Amino acid sequence: MTAAITAADPMVPRVARVLRRRRNGPQVFTLDVEPEDPAPAFAPGQFSMLTAFGVGEAPISASGDPAEPGRLVYTIRAVGPVSSALTRLGPGDLLGLRGPFGMGWPMVEAPGRDVVIVAGGLGLAPLRPALYRLLAERARYGKIVLLYGARGPADILFRNEIESWRRRLDIDIAVTVDHAPPDWRGHVGVVTRLIARADFDPLHAVALVCGPEVMMRFAIAGLGEAGLADDAIYLSMERNMKCAVVFCGHCQFGTVFVCRDGPVFRYDRVRSLLAVKEI
Amino acid sequence: MEGLERIVKEHPFFAGMQNAFCDLVCGCARNVRFEAGQYLFHEGEPADWFYLLRHGRVALQVAVPGRGAVTFQTMAEGEIVGLSWLIPPYRWTYDAKAIGLTRAIAMDAKCLREKCEADHDLGYEMMKRFMPVLIQRLQATRLQILDVYGTPA
Ligand SMILES: Cc1cc2nc3c(=O)[nH]c(=O)nc-3n(C[C@H](O)[C@H](O)[C@H](O)COP(=O)(O)OP(=O)(O)OC[C@H]3O[C@@H](n4cnc5c(N)ncnc54)[C@H](O)[C@@H]3O)c2cc1C
Repeated sequence: MTAAITAADPMVPRVARVLRRRRNGPQVFTLDVEPEDPAPAFAPGQFSMLTAFGVGEAPISASGDPAEPGRLVYTIRAVGPVSSALTRLGPGDLLGLRGPFGMGWPMVEAPGRDVVIVAGGLGLAPLRPALYRLLAERARYGKIVLLYGARGPADILFRNEIESWRRRLDIDIAVTVDHAPPDWRGHVGVVTRLIARADFDPLHAVALVCGPEVMMRFAIAGLGEAGLADDAIYLSMERNMKCAVVFCGHCQFGTVFVCRDGPVFRYDRVRSLLAVKEI
Repeated sequence: MEGLERIVKEHPFFAGMQNAFCDLVCGCARNVRFEAGQYLFHEGEPADWFYLLRHGRVALQVAVPGRGAVTFQTMAEGEIVGLSWLIPPYRWTYDAKAIGLTRAIAMDAKCLREKCEADHDLGYEMMKRFMPVLIQRLQATRLQILDVYGTPA
C-alpha cells in the first residue's frame, strides 16, 4: 500500500506574504517573507521550495539570519518563468512555501577550526546564513576568511553588509570581480586566485564553497593546493530538483538524493557526482 | 646587498631555492617602489624588467577603444608581474599600473636570461618556478572567459 499524501504532507505549501523586496543587482532580488503560520526554523545552507502561484515551484536557499525569528529571506535571480515571477512579487503579495529541506553547512564540525568561505556570484546567498551564525558565535572559531567573486562590481551581493563585516576586523574578506570598469580599485581576476593569497591553517580548517559548478571545481583544486584535505571541503550542489522530499527521484544520483542528502555535501563524498554533467 | 638577498629569498616565488642559485639571481635584482598611479611598464615596450611584488597591488590593463584602460587582472603581494620577458620577442603585451604604493623586487630580465643561458641548471630551476605560475594564469583566464556567473549559480 502506498501512503496517501495528506494536507500535512511536505508536498503541500504553506502560504506566505512578502514583507519586503530589495534589488541586489541585475535581475537579482531579495524577498523577506512571512508565513501565515509561524516561520519554521532553518539551518544555514537549507533551501525551501517557493511557489509563484499559477507559474510553478523552484528550490531557493534561505539567505537570511537563522537567529532572526518570524521571517524568511530568499535571494533570487530571474532566469526563467518561476524565478522571474518570484522576483516580480512585492510587499503584500502571496507565495507558496515548502520546507526548509536538506542538509546544510557543517556548523557542528566547524568550531575550533579556521573557516574559509569561497563564494561565487549568487553563491554568496546560501552562505550568508552561515556567516551570520559564525559571526554571532565568533569566539568559537579560528580565523574566518571570506573570498567572494562576482562578475562585475554591480553584481556584488550584499555590498553594505560586506563593508560592515570588513569593519569588524575579526574576519578577513577579499572580493574580486571578473570584469571591471576603469574606476574599480579592488581585485580583478577569478575568485580562486584569492585562495593562494588567503591566510589560514589548512590542517585545521574547513572550507564552505558555493557558486557555479565550474567555479567550485576550480575552487576545490585551489583549496587542495593550499593543503586542505577533501574531507574538509563542503560544497552546495544546486542541481535541479522537483519534489525536494525524495519522492520523485529527479535529483537522484545512485544512492544520493541531492534534496535529502544535500544540497551541502562533503567533497570526498561527491567527487564522482561533480564529474556528472546532468542529473 | 645583504638586505636585498634576504628579501629575495623571502619572496614566495624563490622559497626554498638553493643558495648558489639565489646568489646568481640576486645579482640581477634591485629594490624598487612605485607610487599609486605610476606604471611599472607599458604595452609594446621591451620586457627588460619583471617584478616580484612585496607590497601593494598592480593592475594589468589593456586599452580598449571607447572603453579606456580595462583591467583584466590585479596582482598582489607575493605574486609576479610580467611573464613576457621569458619568451621572444620580449615585449610587454599590456600595461602594469600600481593601484596603491607598491614595493617590489625588480629583476633585470636580460641579466637573468643570460645567466640562465650560461647555467642551464639555473635555467631549469627558473622554468620549474615559472611554469606553475603560467599554468595558474592560464587556468584562471580560462575560468574568467567562461563568464560562469552569467548562468545561474
Ligand atoms: C538546492 C537549490 C538551491 C537553490 N538556491 C537558489 C537561490 O538561492 N537563488 C536562486 O536564484 N536560485 C537558486 N537555485 C536555482 C533555482 O532553483 C533555479 O534557477 C530555478 O529553479 C529556475 O526555475 P525557472 O522556472 O525560473 O527557470 P527554468 O526555465 O527552469 O530555467 C531557466 C534556465 O536556468 C537553468 N537552471 C535552472 N535551474 C538551475 C540550477 N539549479 N542550476 C543551474 N542552472 C539552472 C536552466 O537550465 C535554464 O537554462 C537553487 C537550486 C537548488 C537545486
